[in-house]
Amino acid sequence: MSDEVWILGITMTKFGKHPDKDSVDLAAEAALGALADAGVGIDRMGILAAGNLLGGGHLGQSLQKQIGQTGIPVYNVANACATGATALRTAIMAVKAGEADYGLAVGVEKLAGAGLLAGGSRKDDGSTWTPSGRYGAVAAVDGRIGTEIMPGVFAQVGMEYLSAHPYSGNDFELFARISEKNHAHSTLNPLAAYTKRMTLEEIMNDVMIAYPNTRPMCSANCDGAAAAVVVSGSVLKTLSQEQQRRAVKVSASVLTTDPWQEACQILPDVNTLTRNAAAQAYEAAGVGPADLDLVELHDCFATAELVHYDNLMLCEPGGAVDFFESGATWRDGSTPVNVSGGLQSKGHPIAATGIANVWEVCHHLRGEAGDRQIEGAKVGLAHVIGLGSACGVHILEKAA
Amino acid sequence: MPAQIPLVDYLVLGDRPHLVAHECSACGARYFDRRNACASCGGTTFGTAEIATEGTLRTFTIVTFAAPGIPTPYVAGVVDCAGTSVRANIVNVEPTPEAVTLGMPVRLATFPIGADSEGTEAVGFGFEPA
Ligand SMILES: [Zn+2]
Repeated sequence: MSDEVWILGITMTKFGKHPDKDSVDLAAEAALGALADAGVGIDRMGILAAGNLLGGGHLGQSLQKQIGQTGIPVYNVANACATGATALRTAIMAVKAGEADYGLAVGVEKLAGAGLLAGGSRKDDGSTWTPSGRYGAVAAVDGRIGTEIMPGVFAQVGMEYLSAHPYSGNDFELFARISEKNHAHSTLNPLAAYTKRMTLEEIMNDVMIAYPNTRPMCSANCDGAAAAVVVSGSVLKTLSQEQQRRAVKVSASVLTTDPWQEACQILPDVNTLTRNAAAQAYEAAGVGPADLDLVELHDCFATAELVHYDNLMLCEPGGAVDFFESGATWRDGSTPVNVSGGLQSKGHPIAATGIANVWEVCHHLRGEAGDRQIEGAKVGLAHVIGLGSACGVHILEKAA
Repeated sequence: MPAQIPLVDYLVLGDRPHLVAHECSACGARYFDRRNACASCGGTTFGTAEIATEGTLRTFTIVTFAAPGIPTPYVAGVVDCAGTSVRANIVNVEPTPEAVTLGMPVRLATFPIGADSEGTEAVGFGFEPA
């Protein structure tokens, strides 16, 4: 039991607009909430892992200056949209390695009002053509040689799946129906950025960003934070009955990057690293996809959710469309997916996402999810992808 | 005829425009960017491979929002050129899901994208319905 790691406390802030709070305010709210939920103080923490992608990489120490400068090691981590999962896994690894009894992981982002997230190689066109960069380009290539905007990249990821597994129906409507599900789910989540149900027609008639993704089919930029306290199995045994009852077992904590594939430097391959992470996680946890009572997966766009049904092996290989159309991923289906509302409706404050999705799963495993409780939930999986790429998968189990 | 310069160094202009890739001598992996080593096998020796100018459209999106100076909507996609994947815009086609279809045959096309202050014309590429 000594090498087991448990989540002792976990929380997320309301996702949405927080104009009166800065990143440290939100991170402190989440961290203090997680400590209170755990029933332990900051003085017990042996490591702090902090993620804040757009804030410059010093969140950890800024947070300590508000909630406790105890001199412990701080790891400021960054891994694109997998930053939160990376922070959590860093704390888990420290506990697993025996370097700390308790660890605190925090992720926060201030993103409300941010525009589309682009990949990066945009530059101003000069007055004379001068080749520069790794492609010897004389002008910005984004928009001239394919697209680097995220809604466009992930649109191609979804369409590529339909290319490999031909679908006779309407592509656009298929993806819009996935979004319809997540917007319906979020109506039960008081912490979601958007809690308004949207009809299929409203989703399809909204502003087109990158076909087939309209605006409500894209992850919602918002502010938010999430934090978790992890503890070793041996220390957990010394805590109260109540703490042991509410603790959630981390049955698997996996991080992968994208292995080389023929086309992976042309269109990011978000599939292989997710499949690898899922396979490693199921192996480590000793559970299979059929054992999962709920899944929170990285639906940064409606087109992404479809491929991850297959990548996480929730369905037969190639069977993601049939799986979705069976109703399996609605909250009353056999494998509820994104009952929180997902990134499209709950929101996606980047570095908070990889802890907030673990919070959602823990909330159900503890039986504390209120109106949206998945009854009898015992095992859940949380997945994130950071483009570039990094994939985090955590499998969580209710205390016996 | 004005002087011409390709938009990127892997576009070869002339009578028969085509794309070229750096091909790993050890494992055959192909890359369009300047290389330090092979991401597939670690090899450091590369040759030059000519890419087929015809292929099929493996995936696409129709982008409505873009940086200033990029006309929208435009079609972005990935073309399978005889086993080598190429990122490109799909051009000379109406940018609608009715006109652009998965698996459609396409071929390389080049076009001017503007002249600089010295009159040199930059030439871009895309793929058009074949
Ligand atoms: Zn190689």
